[in-house]
Amino acid sequence: MTGSSNPAAIAVRGLVKQFGRFAALRGVDAEFSVGKFYVVLGDNGAGKTTLLRSLAGLAQPNRGEISILGQTPRQAASLIGYMAHPSLLYDEFSGLENLRYFAQLYGIASDEPCARAIRSVGLDPALARPVGQYSQGMRQRMSLARAILHDPGILFLDEPFSNVDVQSTRGMATLLRGMCDSGKTIFLVTHQATVLEGIADEFVWMRSGLIVARTATLTPPQENA
Amino acid sequence: MSLLSPVTRATLLKDIRLEWRSKDALNSMLFFSLLVVVIFSFSFDPNAEESRQIAPGLIWVAFLFSTVVALNQTWARELRNHALDAYRVSPASPNSLFLAKTLGNFLFVTVLEALMAPLFVVFYNLRSIGPVWQLLLIGVLGTFALVVNGTFFAALSLRTRMREIMLPVILFPVSIPAIQAMVEATHIVLTGEGTARFWIVLLLTYDVVFTTASLALFGLILNAE
Amino acid sequence: MKRTFPILAAVTALLLVFGTYQALVVAPTERTMGDVQRIFYYHVPSAWTAFCLFFVNLVASVIYLIRRNTSADALAVSAAETGVVFCTVVLVTGPLWARPVWGIWWTWDMRLTSTLVLWLIYVSYLLLRRFSDSAQTPVLAAVLAIFGALDVPLVYFSIWFFRTQHPQPVMGGGGSLDPRMLRVFLLNLAVFTLYGALLCWGRYRIEVMRRQVEETRALEALLDDGQAGSSPARSSR
Repeated sequence: MTGSSNPAAIAVRGLVKQFGRFAALRGVDAEFSVGKFYVVLGDNGAGKTTLLRSLAGLAQPNRGEISILGQTPRQAASLIGYMAHPSLLYDEFSGLENLRYFAQLYGIASDEPCARAIRSVGLDPALARPVGQYSQGMRQRMSLARAILHDPGILFLDEPFSNVDVQSTRGMATLLRGMCDSGKTIFLVTHQATVLEGIADEFVWMRSGLIVARTATLTPPQENA
Repeated sequence: MSLLSPVTRATLLKDIRLEWRSKDALNSMLFFSLLVVVIFSFSFDPNAEESRQIAPGLIWVAFLFSTVVALNQTWARELRNHALDAYRVSPASPNSLFLAKTLGNFLFVTVLEALMAPLFVVFYNLRSIGPVWQLLLIGVLGTFALVVNGTFFAALSLRTRMREIMLPVILFPVSIPAIQAMVEATHIVLTGEGTARFWIVLLLTYDVVFTTASLALFGLILNAE
Repeated sequence: MKRTFPILAAVTALLLVFGTYQALVVAPTERTMGDVQRIFYYHVPSAWTAFCLFFVNLVASVIYLIRRNTSADALAVSAAETGVVFCTVVLVTGPLWARPVWGIWWTWDMRLTSTLVLWLIYVSYLLLRRFSDSAQTPVLAAVLAIFGALDVPLVYFSIWFFRTQHPQPVMGGGGSLDPRMLRVFLLNLAVFTLYGALLCWGRYRIEVMRRQVEETRALEALLDDGQAGSSPARSSR
């Protein structure tokens, strides 16, 4: 939290997000450091996904401020990578075709960064099979390749391991740890936290739209009577 | 093509390639367009002199129906795996996306019209007394008028319940002056009575006004969440 | 503010009664159309009021997009709803007038046609508001209102030109107005505008109160859930 020697990668002040009568975020205040691996936990409706989408610039908060490396999420778009439970890919294209298109959105016209990203997640760039025919584990890995192809400093991942088999999940977790070690900041929302024990640097616990605790290990915070 | 930004070009080509890959939408839309022409021909007896008088109205209403069905398809592909989120999170500008979608829709609808128009000519024994190049001009301006607002409102109705019916509900009223212009201009050229200049200018004005408005406001509605 | 509304309502009611009396009894009978022409004193003022209210909606929508304050959005929806009501009056009184006078139910003249198109645009606006469950409904609706407003001059031009090519009977009479009729007409014009403003204001106040209630409920739910293990016996305020 604050006071560490690392500058804040992400700073959030008074974040409020309401959907009609339901308040998904109720005034979140937090700072997250560069180069660390954060895992966000909480029940359904705790606000984890809303927080993540707000940080990535996909949801506009009703009140509050977000600062990503000193900029708003929209300004920092080229520094952000985003991944979610849906694949964010086109089923009819192959992996490389997909990445080739998304690379254009970041101003990357060459195939090399795309092929490199695909290889780094353990897949073959030359595979011509359409993504729609991949297994869930392969699809999530290709989605991760899409998220990192522009070498972003911060990664936001929303339930990346849903419906993925245990082995692929462990593989992806190790992959993410490697990325974190090489300097990326990782911010991951998941229900399946056990696989991240020993991999994540910090666990952020949310409930009812607020961050209630931050722990270094996967032990739930004490309930206040 | 060089007038378009790289992102617009890439997105347009991506959409064309995706459509060509699956051909689902294209084939069913082509068949739907054929059905519309046939139904109209049964409903409005092509042999009666009056039918030839109202042919311009019939043709444009048929085009309108096909356009609405086609427009609903355009954004569906982006929603399927939440690929739209991948676009929104990137630094690419919303306007490039809008331009690409509008041009893609324009091409798609033009293909449908290229099928329907000759059929109408054949079934209704249409002959043009005025110059044919004017008909082509009216066709281009009129189709663009429907497509530019249609693309915008299709994106707008993404956030609504009953999306498929919402699109025509908000598109038709605003399109009334354009539809009147298209039909009147076509009628004048076909019958050779007078000049269609006023209507063509009105169509052009309509196109310019609403393309500008759409470009100015698209970012707002794309990021509405 | 609390006193102004009932007082204004009473004044408007009195003026409406007076205006109706003037229109139905005092104003001279029209030479060719007879008593049916008296609908004119409702038909045209309703149209004018509707157009004013739609203009208010446009201004409120633009203000909302710039400032994002909820009161602007509340005014926008109030003006739109009230405008649609007055617009409906125009569309109903039109045929009621046309049928006995010209033997046709509908005439595609400038005023009636443009009123119809405006009515369609704003009904679609209200439907969009109803069926959009996004928290950004006000933004989407405001954008649609702007598109509608941009459309209006184009509608006018297209109908105007069409009319010059295909003339039709004009409602409201083309000639000049007897000064006594003009007086009654202007009176009703002013009264209807006042009436429209009053209805819009009333709807606006209801809308603002409704939103305040919602916000309070949301705040209560927030405070309640914030406590760990809230007791089921907790009373609701």
